Amino acid sequence: MTELLTPETEAEAAAIIARHHDSGAPLRLCGGDTRSGFGNPVEAEVTLSSRALSGIVAYEPSEMVMTAKAGTPVAEIEAALAENGQFLAFEPMDHRGMIGTEGTPTIGGVFAANVSGPRRFALAGAARDHLLGARFVNGRGEAIRAGGRVMKNVTGLDLSRLIAGSHGTLGFLTEVTFKVLPAPKSAATLIVTDLTEEDAVKLMAAAMALPLEVSGASHLPYSVRSAFLNDGINGDSATCLRLEGLPESVSARLDKLAAYAEPFGPLTRLGDADTRELWREIRDVAPYQDRSLRPLWRVSVTPSEAAALVGAMRLEAAVDAFYDWQGGLVWMRMDGAPEADILRALLKKHGGGHATLMRVDPAARKLTPAFEPQPAAVAALDARIRAKLDPRGIFNPGKMAQQEMAA
Amino acid sequence: MTGTIAFREPDAGILARRETIIEELQALLPEDALVHEARELVPFETDAFLAYHRVPLAVCLPETTEDVAKVLRYCHENGIPVVPRGAGTSLAGGAIGQEDAIILGLSRMNRILDIDLPNRAAVVQAGVTNIAISEAVAPEGFFYAPDPSSQLACTIGGNIGMNSGGAHCLKYGVTTNNLLGVKLVLVDGTIIDLGGKMLDSGSLDLLALVCGSEGQLGIITEATVRLLAKPEGARPVLFGFPSSESAGACVTDIIAAGIIPVAIEFMDKPAIEICEAFAHAGYPLDAAALLIIEVEGSEEEMEAMLGRIVTIAESHGVMAVRRCQSATEAALIWKGRKSAFGATGRIADYICMDGTVPLSQLSYVLRKTSEITDRYGLRVANVFHAGDGNMHPLILYNINDPEDAARAEEAGAEILKLCVEAGGCLTGEHGVGIEKRDLMRHQYGEADLRQQMAVRAAFDPAWSLNPSKVFPLEGRND
Ligand SMILES: Cc1cc2nc3c(=O)[nH]c(=O)nc-3n(C[C@H](O)[C@H](O)[C@H](O)COP(=O)(O)OP(=O)(O)OC[C@H]3O[C@@H](n4cnc5c(N)ncnc54)[C@H](O)[C@@H]3O)c2cc1C
Ligand SMILES: Cc1cc2nc3c(=O)[nH]c(=O)nc-3n(C[C@H](O)[C@H](O)[C@H](O)COP(=O)(O)OP(=O)(O)OC[C@H]3O[C@@H](n4cnc5c(N)ncnc54)[C@H](O)[C@@H]3O)c2cc1C
Repeated sequence: MTELLTPETEAEAAAIIARHHDSGAPLRLCGGDTRSGFGNPVEAEVTLSSRALSGIVAYEPSEMVMTAKAGTPVAEIEAALAENGQFLAFEPMDHRGMIGTEGTPTIGGVFAANVSGPRRFALAGAARDHLLGARFVNGRGEAIRAGGRVMKNVTGLDLSRLIAGSHGTLGFLTEVTFKVLPAPKSAATLIVTDLTEEDAVKLMAAAMALPLEVSGASHLPYSVRSAFLNDGINGDSATCLRLEGLPESVSARLDKLAAYAEPFGPLTRLGDADTRELWREIRDVAPYQDRSLRPLWRVSVTPSEAAALVGAMRLEAAVDAFYDWQGGLVWMRMDGAPEADILRALLKKHGGGHATLMRVDPAARKLTPAFEPQPAAVAALDARIRAKLDPRGIFNPGKMAQQEMAA
Repeated sequence: MTGTIAFREPDAGILARRETIIEELQALLPEDALVHEARELVPFETDAFLAYHRVPLAVCLPETTEDVAKVLRYCHENGIPVVPRGAGTSLAGGAIGQEDAIILGLSRMNRILDIDLPNRAAVVQAGVTNIAISEAVAPEGFFYAPDPSSQLACTIGGNIGMNSGGAHCLKYGVTTNNLLGVKLVLVDGTIIDLGGKMLDSGSLDLLALVCGSEGQLGIITEATVRLLAKPEGARPVLFGFPSSESAGACVTDIIAAGIIPVAIEFMDKPAIEICEAFAHAGYPLDAAALLIIEVEGSEEEMEAMLGRIVTIAESHGVMAVRRCQSATEAALIWKGRKSAFGATGRIADYICMDGTVPLSQLSYVLRKTSEITDRYGLRVANVFHAGDGNMHPLILYNINDPEDAARAEEAGAEILKLCVEAGGCLTGEHGVGIEKRDLMRHQYGEADLRQQMAVRAAFDPAWSLNPSKVFPLEGRND
């Protein structure tokens, strides 16, 4: 039986952590626990959740900045933003369908895991690009404030962005301050059908070179296409390009994009509602919300290498895949074993990158490092930094780096 | 200036070994890569924070990552401090060395190594200037977004060191948002790669930490940066306002209306006069404040956005609206703004402050700033990036009058504390350097600072890299 602790104040959280610092007993950190199946397994008898640290602390729409306690449900934040026509531009995904978990996603979890959606490759960037400041408790049980609440800040080291994406291995987030943006008033998608994966990757790159601010570029091969829009996309494969902004500007840019893409293949245009639905499905990895535990990889690769990497992988194993981020993000599902060694070796040959294991059955999970192993010098540096934030290694031990599990 | 900012006591042992150290470094490096004659060291005594000068032990100007690694390994083994330097345009004294330190200058590493348009990335050596990247890709319709006003001179390594921003960062972000990877030489000479052309990191986001670390964590020798497609068109428009308050309120309302122009630059009356006299850009001299608002996109988009912006400006009593009709006119409008520092330098010595405040506090902080400078009997000109609350009060003084200089320094510190009290921070883009080192405690608590210093020590346990910068000298720990 594991014990669940849900402190209601930062001071309470600090006291719990200080006790664990003294005893050296590990803590599993979480928010709403919707991503609990992700990462290397953590063995800890106590789970510390931020879910009771909840509520929006400050929100000034004209400053485009919000501060919220870490355990605030993402839905509550989205609702408050929507009232003011604003949103989280990095469109974090909902992992529940893919990993098969329940629970309420929290804003702290979004930043701790640096959850970023289709806009990651465009101007908007990742969750961490929007994080302006944070409060967290370090492994000694000290409450630390990092960053601030203004857009530009280079005062000292950027500890808040360091915590972003650290998956609860550096500190227990209690509060986050982030940038919000006006939500686009309108959106449209141009779909080019029947392209091969190689041509699709080329077209997506070419579209990004146009002065049209394409904010989504995803390629859905035939094998996954029917999972989108209720099987509502015609043709073989679908290469999807998204435009967003003021209505007059979206329609003008859509015409220009269509004129450019005309020679590549048959075109379909999607209006506002379908566009929002389609990109939500891309974001949430609709084809692999299949209630299975078949191994699922999230592969970050140089965009122009994506199709070649998938092609090479197909020669080695039964894989299914689709592309986001102009090819820079490949969602790859294996039929049998995770094939980590093959995938990681091929990835190295194709310009390098990171293969992260998002889902697999528990037995294989124990054997396969979830995160891309780091070169020794970087791993050593990582470990030294961790030791400065969490000297006794009590936070999520082993979650990111497997060598810690062995130790 | 008065020299109220303390430096470390130089290490007597290193000073005594100066000759040997120079000989050993000479043996390690190609000919010409070491500068050590007193006369040759003069240009390296200070950076753009002109108030302080310190002669370094020697200057190394390597041309390869391997040579950088050799120098670091040597200095590491011999306990010699190292100060990285790009073009030396730091306004916070970030690149100033001292008597027992080697300056490691990256200016000769100025090659663009790879332009990869399908992946919208460029790999460049650290000494490449900011503008050179955009110039190299302009014919293909691309650019590198962060555009510090010093972009003709400053290097990408220095930009990463300071996490620099520019006028267009309201839409495009600052350096950290446009940086994909670096090659970094650690203090002991180990070479590591962080990031690359792919987007996510497989471990801790060390790139975020290195960006803005002011040369304390390692030496950047190469950078991979994100390139963007140039918009179809861009157009700055000038707005003259009867008061700073009305201009400030106009900025807030534009943003609240959901419009994000690509730049919103602010000038107060003294700044308008200084810039106009220099650039003859046609700035309205009867206005108390001026905004340059730039929009981008197709003709239709720019018209649509400008229509909304003008309506908002009218509701704040705008006195003059000048839409520019040609590229020449647009260049002229920007010329006035971009030369603001240089133009100010022609009429007086100045120190440039760099505090950031929440947008809602802009008017309040502007008013308080002039109260503070009035109290010290000094003049101030304000020219800054209003869209993101990054203020740059230029405090005018006489560098040859020690009392005047001391007053300017004190007034500056008061203004920065004011920014922090208003919910902002000590520096938005110029960094802490030596200038704001002793103000750090106004923004951070003891535990906060100790944690930052501990993380710094994970990279550099002996505090050899840029040692007297950023963190207060007393109370340093590992
Ligand atoms: C626009 C938007 C739409 C979304 N839509 C949905 C939706 O409709 N439905 C949905 O389910 N999700 C949605 N999400 C999903 C969401 O982004 C993440 O899956 C979720 O936030 C993870 O939160 P969690 O609290 O469940 O994290 P957990 O699974 O609890 O934790 C994830 C990781 O972060 C660490 N962690 C969590 N909290 C902390 C903390 N306080 N301190 C340190 N480390 C911590 C954990 O250790 C773990 O490594 C949306 C997000 C946004 C912003
Ligand atoms: C007229 C003028 C206008 C300016 N306008 C702006 C502006 O609009 N926005 C803005 O952000 N800044 C501005 N600045 C400040 C300055 O130009 C920037 O901070 C710039 O990024 C510094 O680059 P540099 O190459 O001159 O670096 P330097 O001044 O040489 O060094 C800056 C810092 O980075 C470190 N560093 C340099 N190179 C490396 C490297 N390769 N590896 C590790 N550390 C390194 C140094 O140790 C130092 O701490 C302006 C300065 C001037 C003089």
